[in-house]
Amino acid sequence: MSGETILVAQDLKRFYEVSRGTFKPAAILKALNGASFTLQKGKTLAVVGESGCGKSTLARLVTMIEPPTSGALKIREVDIVNADRPTRRELKSKVQIVFQDPYGSLNPRQKIGSALEEPLLVNTSMSKSERRKAAMQMMEMVGLRPEQYERYPHMFSGGQRQRIAVARALMLNPEILVLDEPVSALDVSIQAQILNLLADLQERLNLAYLFISHDLSVVKHIADEVMVMYLGVPIEAASRDVLFSNPRHPYTRALLSATPIADPLREKQRITLHGELPSPMDPPAGCAFNPRCSEATDICLKTPPEQRKLGETVVACYNPVG
Amino acid sequence: MSEVARVEEQQIVEDSRPAGRMALLKEFWSYFSENRGAVIGLVFFIGVVLVAVFADFIAPHGPNEQYRDAFLQPPFWQEGGSITFPLGTDAVGRDMFSRLVHGARYSLFIGCVVVTGALLVGVVLGLVAGFFRGRVDTLIMRLMDIILSFPSLLLALVLVAILGPSLTNAMIAIAIVQQPHYVRLTRAAVIGEMSKDYVTAARVIGVRRMRLMFITVLPNCMAPLIVQAALSFSTAILDAAALGFLGLGAQPPTPEWGTMLAEAREFILRAWWVVTLPGLAILLTVLAINLMGDGLRDALDPKLKRS
Repeated sequence: MSGETILVAQDLKRFYEVSRGTFKPAAILKALNGASFTLQKGKTLAVVGESGCGKSTLARLVTMIEPPTSGALKIREVDIVNADRPTRRELKSKVQIVFQDPYGSLNPRQKIGSALEEPLLVNTSMSKSERRKAAMQMMEMVGLRPEQYERYPHMFSGGQRQRIAVARALMLNPEILVLDEPVSALDVSIQAQILNLLADLQERLNLAYLFISHDLSVVKHIADEVMVMYLGVPIEAASRDVLFSNPRHPYTRALLSATPIADPLREKQRITLHGELPSPMDPPAGCAFNPRCSEATDICLKTPPEQRKLGETVVACYNPVG
Repeated sequence: MSEVARVEEQQIVEDSRPAGRMALLKEFWSYFSENRGAVIGLVFFIGVVLVAVFADFIAPHGPNEQYRDAFLQPPFWQEGGSITFPLGTDAVGRDMFSRLVHGARYSLFIGCVVVTGALLVGVVLGLVAGFFRGRVDTLIMRLMDIILSFPSLLLALVLVAILGPSLTNAMIAIAIVQQPHYVRLTRAAVIGEMSKDYVTAARVIGVRRMRLMFITVLPNCMAPLIVQAALSFSTAILDAAALGFLGLGAQPPTPEWGTMLAEAREFILRAWWVVTLPGLAILLTVLAINLMGDGLRDALDPKLKRS
């Protein structure tokens, strides 16, 4: 069963109109400018990139919180952008999300039990005792104790809250779980617990993960496939081992070299990027990375590069390294 | 072995924290009781409530019963006063004490009805405005701005003049005048809450709009609304008294405090008690409720919380 394609995204785009004041025309912010990828059952696709590169927008599109401006999103061969309401509702429950901040993602006035039962209450016709039973089972699965059923979120630590958030996301038996930086708000020791929990759940429930992160050491731990994004565009995608051992895009190389490694004796070969991430409202012409790229040539300044396959890597660059 | 036992014991100790509603109430009380004025206000307010509830037993005379041999009798500690009429009588021989006791009923009734009405309508409008934004929001908020741009008592006066003078109409008018504050507060709180992840999470789960509005978002917006309700309770009493004083609220012989003041206006120099006592009753009740409201705000405002 593992490996079956469950979600296909083709050229997803999401633009926002940003008002710049009364007398100026609204600017277009291209938060996500053409992302294509697939998710497979039991596999993890990690999306990495610095802040503002469109990772969270991607999460919001896949969970159908927002519609894409253009592009296609198919779950089990069904196009969800143009689907009718009942189909959408049904498919919506197949994709769930875990947010970054476990302090903001739980309703402070809702007991854990009712937070877990709410998905069942609004989507199914299960009886109260059935719901309670399902919630209890789920609590056990994510490592919460039954007596915590009656507690309010403020009585829990960050790691426990994230367990609750995971449990709530799993209540509807989703097939895809979008993890929007699920561990970056946690202590390193707790991060490991949550990552192990996620890996364990993936194995047991055969879930497809879309794992969004800026932390490459976490990605290296959990991902099967990795997609690197820069300014709303995926610039490199490959399996984890290929990407980490042989990065082809200059940006990926710089990103990888910035990962801290707990080894004081190791020689540091850090590639420093100069300049700032350009504004997505006013991206540079040609390749978005050209102002900071050491390999940039004339063509990089004119036309944006197409994605092309280089060995096992898909990369959008005219002058791939390595 | 003993170590294991100790660890377990620790866990149990950690888990015995008071859970749920009781804990919230306890926390609330610990904040509230820090403010002495608020506690005094609460005690006084409870006293007023009890007086209003048991008015029939407390009052020695009927509120509208006239004693023709005792016009404008002073309170008992003054010369010419008697213990039959502890706080004296008014110009037509009615016992002031009994009227004041019965007046507490009217004041509390006015406060409750006005606050409930304004709160219900205001919360719904505010929720709708904050939830849907866009044109609906603009429409509702500009309407509220228009209401707010009138001096509140003046608008209430105009409304009563249109509806006709009576206590019911006065209450409706005051509720309309007060409800923009609730709309604004609710809208601001809703907009604040809507950007939080738990609302998005509820959406992803498939929670429908009405449930999202009233069950997910609204309870998290209640703290400022409770404070506003407590504070506007006193404003409602004050406004109703003012309308009564102007002859547009409760009509004589209703023992409403503002109306009593108006009836006694001409005796202000001859018989101080007919004017002072209703005024004092209004003052003390409003003061007590305001103190209580301040305490509520201290206890409920998350920004003032030290954890």
